[in-house]
This record gives sequence, C-alpha cells and structure tokens, in this order.
Amino acid sequence: MNDDQIYLEVDSVSKNFGPFEALQNVSFKARRGEFLCVLGPSGCGKTTLLRVVAGLEKQTRGKVFIEGRDVSGYPVSQRNVGIVFQSYALFPNLTARQNIAYGLQSRGQSRQAIRQRVDELLELVGLRGMGGKHPAKLSGGQQQRVALARAIAVSPDLLLLDEPLSALDAKVRLMLRGEIRQLQQRLGITTLMVTHDQEEALTMADRILVIDQGRLVQDGSPRQVYDKPATPFVAGFIGAMNFIQDVEKIDSGLYAIGATRLSVAAENGTRRLPAGSRVTIAIRPEDVMLQPPPSAPNLLRTQVESLEYRGSLYRVDLKLAASPENDTLITADVPSETVRRLSIAPSSPLSVHLPVDRLRVYETPARTAQHP
Amino acid sequence: MTAGMSTTVGLRSGLEPATLRAAIDRELLAKRLLILLVCAWLLAVVVLPLLHLLFKSVNDADGSFVGLAYYISYFKTPALSNSLYNSLFVAATTTAISVTLGFLFAYGLTRTTMAGKGFFRAIAMMPLFAPTLLNGIALVYLFGRKGLITLGFFGTLPGFDIHLYGPVGIIMAEVLFTFPQAVLILSIALAMTDARLYEAAASLGAGKVRTFLTVTLPGVRYGLMSAVFVCFILAFTDFGAPKVVGGHFNILATDIYKQVIGQQNFTMGAVVSVVLLIPTVIAFILDRVVQGKQVAMIAAKSVPLTPRRHGLRDGLYTGYCSLVVLLIMGLYLTAVFAALVKVWPYDLTLGLQHFRFSGTGGGGYAAFFNSIRMSLYSAVFGTAITFGAAYLIEKTRQMTGLRQMAYFLAILPLALPGLVIGLSYIFFFNAPGWRAGGLFVPNPLNFIYATMGILVISNIVHFFSVSFLTATTALKQLDQEFETVSESLGVPFTKTFARVTVPVCIPVLLEIGLYYFVNSMATVSAVIFLYSADLPLASVAVANMDDAGDVAAASAMSVLILLTNLAVVVAFGAVTRRLKARSQAWTAA
Repeated sequence: MNDDQIYLEVDSVSKNFGPFEALQNVSFKARRGEFLCVLGPSGCGKTTLLRVVAGLEKQTRGKVFIEGRDVSGYPVSQRNVGIVFQSYALFPNLTARQNIAYGLQSRGQSRQAIRQRVDELLELVGLRGMGGKHPAKLSGGQQQRVALARAIAVSPDLLLLDEPLSALDAKVRLMLRGEIRQLQQRLGITTLMVTHDQEEALTMADRILVIDQGRLVQDGSPRQVYDKPATPFVAGFIGAMNFIQDVEKIDSGLYAIGATRLSVAAENGTRRLPAGSRVTIAIRPEDVMLQPPPSAPNLLRTQVESLEYRGSLYRVDLKLAASPENDTLITADVPSETVRRLSIAPSSPLSVHLPVDRLRVYETPARTAQHP
Repeated sequence: MTAGMSTTVGLRSGLEPATLRAAIDRELLAKRLLILLVCAWLLAVVVLPLLHLLFKSVNDADGSFVGLAYYISYFKTPALSNSLYNSLFVAATTTAISVTLGFLFAYGLTRTTMAGKGFFRAIAMMPLFAPTLLNGIALVYLFGRKGLITLGFFGTLPGFDIHLYGPVGIIMAEVLFTFPQAVLILSIALAMTDARLYEAAASLGAGKVRTFLTVTLPGVRYGLMSAVFVCFILAFTDFGAPKVVGGHFNILATDIYKQVIGQQNFTMGAVVSVVLLIPTVIAFILDRVVQGKQVAMIAAKSVPLTPRRHGLRDGLYTGYCSLVVLLIMGLYLTAVFAALVKVWPYDLTLGLQHFRFSGTGGGGYAAFFNSIRMSLYSAVFGTAITFGAAYLIEKTRQMTGLRQMAYFLAILPLALPGLVIGLSYIFFFNAPGWRAGGLFVPNPLNFIYATMGILVISNIVHFFSVSFLTATTALKQLDQEFETVSESLGVPFTKTFARVTVPVCIPVLLEIGLYYFVNSMATVSAVIFLYSADLPLASVAVANMDDAGDVAAASAMSVLILLTNLAVVVAFGAVTRRLKARSQAWTAA
C-alpha cells in the first residue's frame, strides 16, 4: 500500500479500562474508499476500536491519522466522521426529515439548500415520500436507512457503522447488506464497520480485520481470511473448520496421524519446528473430498459415524479408521446427491482425500471459537 | 454567518478551521463549567449547611468549643435520651403496621381482578397530598377528648377513649402518612414479577402457600426491604403529626423544635438533629444497597403476570381495600366536617366561618397565597435545577470524579429530615461570616436569609433526591448515543438538549414539578425554622393555630392545602393526557 493512498491509519493503538486491556497494540491502514469490517466475537474489543477511531474513547497509547492528519487528540466533533449505531439513536420526537437535516442546520446553510439535500438523501436511501414520518412509525430497516442518511448528510470523511444490521430481521438484513455496500461504493466513502457476523463481513468488506481478545489477529481480504486463516481462532470463528490435534511433524511439509502420512503445501509458521513436534492440522468440511483417485496423496480410510441432513448437503462425521487411538472426528460437507449415489449410511466405510493445498497447520492447539 | 460559512468550507476540504475548533473548545468549557456549577450548588445547599450543623453541635452558644459535652449530657439526661427510644419504637411499630397493610393493599391492586382498582389507588394516595398535621388534626376530631368516637357520635352511641395523645396517636397518624409510600413501592415490586415462575411452580405441583413462600416473597424481597426503610425514615423523622397528637410523649423531631424554638438552645438542637440523622442515614444507605439489587433484577427479560379471576380471593381483597379506603376518606371527611361546623361538638351548624381565619394567628390567606407562591417557585426552579443536574451528571463524559460526587450529593438529601435541613440552614445562611486565621470572610449567601429564596431552596433540597432519581431514570431510558450522534454531527449539546432531550422528557418534567409543588404546599418541617413573620406560610399557620387552640381553623387551612393539591393533581392529569395524545405521533403504539 503506497503511503499517499492511505486514508485512515491506526498506529499501535492500545486502550485500557482500568486493569483490563480492551485493545492491545492494534495497527492497520485503509485506502480511500475502502470498506473495512472489524470482525470478532462479542467483548473482543471491536466496538472499542471503532469508538477510538471515532474519537468517542481516548486511546491509552498509539495514534490515529485521517488523511495524514494526526487526529489522536481530537474529540468526535472534530474528526468529521458519520456514525451509525446499533440502536440507530434516531431522535424520537423528530421526523425522518428533521433527523436527516439535524447536522446540516448548524452549518449555516439556507433552508432551501437543506431541503434539497434532505430530498436527495431520502431518494438515495430509498425513502422518498417517507420524510414526514416519525421513527416509531417506520420499520426497522427504514429506521436504519434514516440513520445512514443522517450520518452521510454532513459529507463525513469516514463512515463508522457499529453493528448496523444486528437489530434487523434476517431478510431485511440480507437486503440492506447489499444496499449499504452499493451506497458506500457510489459515494466512495471510506467505511469501517463493526460486526460479529462472519457472513456479513465476508459479503460486504474489501478487507476484514479479525480481532480476538483485544488483538488484531488477521488483516486481509475476505478470501484470504477464509482460505488462509492466520490462527485456529480465526479458522474456527469464520466458517466451520476441522481440527486434527496432536499430529506429529515428520519433516518439512510432511506430517503423520498415527500411521497415515499427510503432505501439506503451505506451512504456517511451523516450517521451523523440529521433527517430532506436535501440531494441529485444519481443513474445512467442504474441502474434504470423497471418491479420491487411488494415486491421490493424503488418503484417509474412515468410517461414517453419523449424518446430519442440511437440505442441499449432508454434514457427515467421519471416524479415522487408521488410528483407533485417535478419536478425532472429521466433518465433511457432502452434496446430498453424492450421499444418495454412494448410499452413505452410518458405519459404512469411506475413503477421503485431503487436498494438499487446502490443509493448514498450526503450532498452537485450537481454542474453541464462539459462533454467533 | 461568516463562522458558519467557513465551517462548511472547512469540512468540505477536510481542514480544521479555527472557528470550529474554538466553538468546540467553548462547548467543552461550557460543560465543565456547568458540572462545576452543579457541584458548587450541592456544596452550598447540602454539604456546607450540614457541616455547620455538626460544627454547632460541638460549640456552645458563645461559640467556644465544647467537644462532645452536649452529646454526653444528652445521653445522661433521661428526659432527652428517652426520646430516641420513643422515636425508634414509634417508627418501628409504624413500619410493621404500614408495610403489612400496604402489602395487602398492593397485592389487591396488582394480583387480583377486583373492580375499582383505579379508585382504590387514587384514594390510597390521598395522604401524600395532605400536610401530616392534618392527619393529627383529623385523629383529634375522631379520637381526641371531644372526638366523634370518644363521645360516641355526640352521645348517640356509647363512646370509648383510645387515649390518643402519645404513642397511639403518633403511630396512627404515621401509618396513614407512610401507607401510600408502602403501597407505591410494593405495587411496583409486585407488578414486576415474572409470570413464568408461577407457571413453573404450578407445573411442579407447588401449592398456594408454597408458591407464595418460594416465588412471591422472594420476588418482592427488595421491594419489601425498600418499603421498610422508606416507611421507617418517614415515621422516624416526621414532625407534623407528633406535634399535634404527641402529647407528653417526646420524640426526637418534636425535641429539636422544643430545644430551638422553645428554649433557644441551638447547640442541643444540633445535637438532637445529629442523633436523628444517624439512624436515618443508616436506613438510607441500606435502602440504596437494596435498590441497586432491585434494578439488577428488573434488567432480566420477564413475562408480565396477568391475574386470573378468583371469586373468593377477589371478594376478600375488595372488602379489605374498601375498608382501608373508607377509613382514609372518613378521616379526611371528619376534618372537613370539623372545619365547617360552628363550635365542635356543641353547635354543629355548618358554615364557612373557620375559613375566614379572622381572629386567629398564622397569617390567614396571606399565608395561604405565600405557600402557593413558594410552591410554584419550588416547582419551576426545582424542576429546572434537578433536571439540569441529572442531565449533566448522566449525559456528559467530562470530569467523571466530580460527576460521581455530585450524584452522591444529589441523593444524600433523601436521608435528611426536613427539620435537620431547616436547622442547618439557620446556622449556615444566618452566619454573618467566618473567621479564618484572623481573616473575616463575610457570608456571601447571608442575604437570602428570611426571604422567599431560602424557603424555596430548602424545599428544592428537601425534595431533591426523589426528583433527581426520577429525572435520572427518565434520562437513562433515552438512547445513550443521542449525545454522541449530535456531537459527531457537530451540533452543540445545548441544541440537542433543547430540541430532543427536553421535549421527550416533558411528561417527566411535569411529574417532577407536581411532586415539588404538592410537597412544598404540605411540608412544615423544614420551613418552620425558616419562615419569617412577614412571610407566613399555610402549613406553618396550621401548626401555630393548632398550638393556639384554634383547631377548627387549623383544620380549615389543612383542608385548603389538601384541596389545592388535589386540584393541581387533577389539572396535571388533564395536561398529561393532552400531551400523550399529542406525542402519539412519535411514541410506539
């Protein structure tokens, strides 16, 4: 990332609440117009990060830059940010129109100019003709749009969204996801969104920042974060992941589960580990392949333990036949059609193949991640 | 206009215009100054007067330090220290009776399907609007030496004497006084219970008694404790009723009055005040702890309980509530009747002669209108100060330490009996100045002594805590991010306060104003030390006329106070209904 492209920079920010460290040395940069999602379980510090960027909390250490200006010491009112809160915080006694105009009125614009701008904004968020209604008379999704319009009305340098969709029904949420993303791209406004919903982050963001216990554990595109999770925590938090613990390192790129050898293409900081070290190997359920060609590497003989029907696919739990002492179960997502064709049933034997390039190796044992 | 223009331009280009920066610094400064102002106000009207009271209790009349000498002589003089036991006895007995009666009444209101709940509740609240002196006076007309019951309805029935004057009378009057408070607190506690607990108990086969003991009582335990503490504090510190029906039975509140007004012994008055203050502060602290736990309990989601029809139970509660309401109405109607008859009990011709207040002391209608004026001022200024203080303490993020201190000082007056406030105000505001290391510092607040100002301030402080907590609760219910949103939009907090916070809180503001008004009308304890001869007050007139033996006129004045308050309550109800209709547009259906 070229320095002149950087629009927002957070540099080594820490925030303590008494003895509790809510944020520990968090650094990241965002380009102009980029959509960043801060993702993590509740209580991980992601909202604190947003509040530090907004200027609502003062960081204990570190700096925040917007367009190269050091705004670390500025209160929220001087950072020119638009914020949408989880609760929307719409003023209940003002109409949608008055809410949207709220920040414009103290900027010395003429009534005519304000009316025109509010009309534009109502149009922009798809609420034409609803301006006269009070928030209580609007649906959750409509309230959300009013809050968004109010935030962007003052042409902020930065748009901050704090779990903006979590109070909505699943269907409305899906629709607004797309709308917010479109709006953000149309306006080209640099956006930071906090969410605990991995799907939201994967579908909306240009880049995802995964926060765990106050630390930034991964910063990458949705694909990077999903395909190459940096830690077992990230792997388990975003999507489903099989962890095979207590795997022995034989050599560089070669590992063993009992008597079965596994080749791994990309080692993840485990390259320097000496042979004989114990590691954790991870693979996503959809990457576990059935009916492998006999020459394929990483063949495993397993026995079907149980099946869970999920409509388009089955989630199949497999027990490793090769190593009876290792009671690890491997979960595979198998298309329903395949299950029917192979008449897979509990206790039927099954050979699977773990593609070399889909395996991840972790030094640390997997910590169970909390799923939303 | 120029400032506004440059602001707009500045925001577009992403630079920091000096004008915006200055405006924001001004705003931060304004918030800080206002918080300091709240602290200064609480310091001047709560802390300094109290310190002065403590100081007086260890200095004798000519200002020389005597240490704990007066405290020692207090506890060595049985005539004085007996009052402490008397007060404790009266307060404890009152609390036991009042909470029991209040629990049954509140249970009837919340857990049965009896008819006329609104009516029962309204009448049960009546004593809140009457001066406690009226409770005493009404009891005198019923059970006093020439009382209706004592004389057997003027000889038509065999009469009997309950020996009203003394503990019996005080306890009866205090039960009447504290009953509505107990009903209020317990109704809220009983209404808050989770219906699912009862369904669970029933599905597990628990009987009525077991359900009551394992679900109902634990559910309301904090409410019960709170009712106990509140009733205790009220009964322990009340002055009005014991003044009328106390007879020779001495209690702390009347002792303070006697020491100060009767014997001009200010130091002993201060000592008794401190003695009165200690159990009150303990009860206050316990109540705060309990309240905190109760709040934690409501936070959980629960399904409201809807009572089912149950013939026998509903019938019993209808009977009980009717009886209570009948007694309350009977009592006040007796007082009204007594104020209207010519010469009780000899000439029962009705007329308004006692309402002329001719030939009686106390100030008559001048006093009455002074009281109305004082109560209006207390309502207006009290509401403004309370709400402003609550807003600054609850909704700003500056100076956390000072705001926490201000919060504590704002709820402290809950523990201060009116007499203690009154007496400490005499000491503090009447002091010409203080000598500090040879330097004389004149008292800058001395000028309000013996004016309407000190009366209004004493009322505002006396009723500050409840109003403050009401305002705080209402403010807490507003979205915590309103302030943040307006700040991020660059809107001054004063504008959001005026355009959003106040309009949304108008029902609460009215409620606080009403609370200040009715209490200022009825109170006698704080103002009896502070009124001046050229500013007589209605409630003080009641006390003085009763003292002078003009009981009928005292009764008439009390009835006027009660009727004024009831009229204000009715008007308040009408205004609130209209406001609700108007705000329908923005409140969820």
